[in-house]
Amino acid sequence: MSLTTSLQNPLRVAGRLSLLSAHAFMAAIAPPYELRLWIREMEQIGVRSLGVAAITTIFTGMVLALQTAYSLPSIGVKYYIGTVVSKSLVRELGPVLVALIVGGRIGAGMTAELGTMKVTEQIDAMRSMAADPVKKLVVPKLVATLVMLPALTVLGDFLGILGGLIVAMGQLQLTAGFYINDVLDALTLQDVSSGIGKSFFFAYFIAIIGCYNGLYASGGADGVGRATTNTVVMASILVLVSDFFLTKLFYILF
Amino acid sequence: MPSAIYNIRGLTKSYGDNVVIDELDFEVYAGESLVILGRSGSGKSVTLRQLNGLEKPDSGSVIFDGTEITTLEERDLVPLRRRVAMLFQGGALFDSGTVFENVSFPLREHTDLTDDEIAEIVDQKLAMVRLSGIDGVLPADLSGGMKKRVALARSLALDPEVVLFDEPTTGLDPMTGATIGHLIRSTQRDMKTTSVVVTHDIPLARLVGDRVAFLEGGRFSFVGSWDDADRSEDPIFSRFLAGLEEEESHVA
Ligand SMILES: Nc1ncnc2c1ncn2[C@@H]1O[C@H](COP(=O)(O)OP(=O)(O)OP(=O)(O)O)[C@@H](O)[C@H]1O
Ligand SMILES: [Mg+2]
Repeated sequence: MSLTTSLQNPLRVAGRLSLLSAHAFMAAIAPPYELRLWIREMEQIGVRSLGVAAITTIFTGMVLALQTAYSLPSIGVKYYIGTVVSKSLVRELGPVLVALIVGGRIGAGMTAELGTMKVTEQIDAMRSMAADPVKKLVVPKLVATLVMLPALTVLGDFLGILGGLIVAMGQLQLTAGFYINDVLDALTLQDVSSGIGKSFFFAYFIAIIGCYNGLYASGGADGVGRATTNTVVMASILVLVSDFFLTKLFYILF
Repeated sequence: MPSAIYNIRGLTKSYGDNVVIDELDFEVYAGESLVILGRSGSGKSVTLRQLNGLEKPDSGSVIFDGTEITTLEERDLVPLRRRVAMLFQGGALFDSGTVFENVSFPLREHTDLTDDEIAEIVDQKLAMVRLSGIDGVLPADLSGGMKKRVALARSLALDPEVVLFDEPTTGLDPMTGATIGHLIRSTQRDMKTTSVVVTHDIPLARLVGDRVAFLEGGRFSFVGSWDDADRSEDPIFSRFLAGLEEEESHVA
């Protein structure tokens, strides 16, 4: 249901998303800058998401290390787990997993908040008082997501690599020094920038979809519920599909 | 004849096949209080939302103080919206802010007043709606009547020239409704505002309205004074005023 509604009119949705993006961009660069609102959103997103991001990435790092070591034990692949864990995490799994798990939460939260404001006429009240809801509500969420999602991704990368280290030392009898050297040798600036670059795109998709679905919600509490589900579906699909093209793009760029 | 602050001509708005208002013509005179009556779903809110540009008509014109507003962009509606306040049906207070943050919102947006000056105005507006001392309370902890009064205080924060009221008493008990009615009446007198009040609450309409208009089938089937209204021979309007049920033929 939510999938068909979200895709039934892709062109119109894409058009409105671009308009909202353009509006948000103009509102973001025009003074006054509502730093207080921006910081409040960052706090909310950061604090709300730290736990899930940490658990997801630590365990992913641990699983990566185990799977790699057990997959081809005969050729001594365990001596390369630092490389495998760090490259897969930093380039791919860190940005994508954090975007899917943290992003789903953040995006759904935005839709629920803005959707409730929409159906209870708070958005109209803001407009009637000559304030721009995009500047007051969308821009702070967009800015905060663009800052916090890459930040959480970097933190997640570290924790994931740490997860790999725990398995390397505890299960595979490697020394910490050996593992860390392997990681540092393997990771390039390109890996890091392509991972963080992806996460900026994901942040933008998540925030703009979350806000869009909220601002266009209708039909009372039911409608807000549907819009929220819609956000999770749309954002996840967009993250996964765009990931393919972004991977391609960043390999060409770097 | 007093001068018209709003001139509305040929206003038409439909949603899909549903023509809600159809070639509506009317004026709002400076300093008066115009009550728009009509049954549920007759298009009262749709009409009111045209007066501050929250929605655009399909055709027709709305002239406010000499300016055509139907063609204005959101950004160009700012001067109008500083002069025209709106009170929403459910109050539409911001859930995320305290009473103080709600009432001070328009002041922070549109004035360069200091924190002390803002606090003073907020106190004064809250006193006006007889809710002093609840600055720090969140809207979720207020009763329906209190929410409406806070919303009234917020809409009066910038001393607007015109206030648009959407069903100010719906969902309230008769006594609370009467309190709100008297507050509206006294703010109209004290602040010399023009008001447009949309409602289906007849006692409220009689209390606050200088003129009354009846919206039926997308048009005003009656516009005039209360004396003329009480003498009206329009069967639907007189039944509406008397609070009678619909005639057999109208019941679906
Ligand atoms: N955004 C919208 N989309 C579709 N239809 C709408 C929209 N807004 C209003 N309508 C329709 O317009 C008609 C009039 O609505 P309106 O809200 O103006 O009624 P009302 O007179 O204010 O009624 P009430 O007294 O119940 O508030 C209704 O049939 C409603 O379904
Ligand atoms: Mg209404």
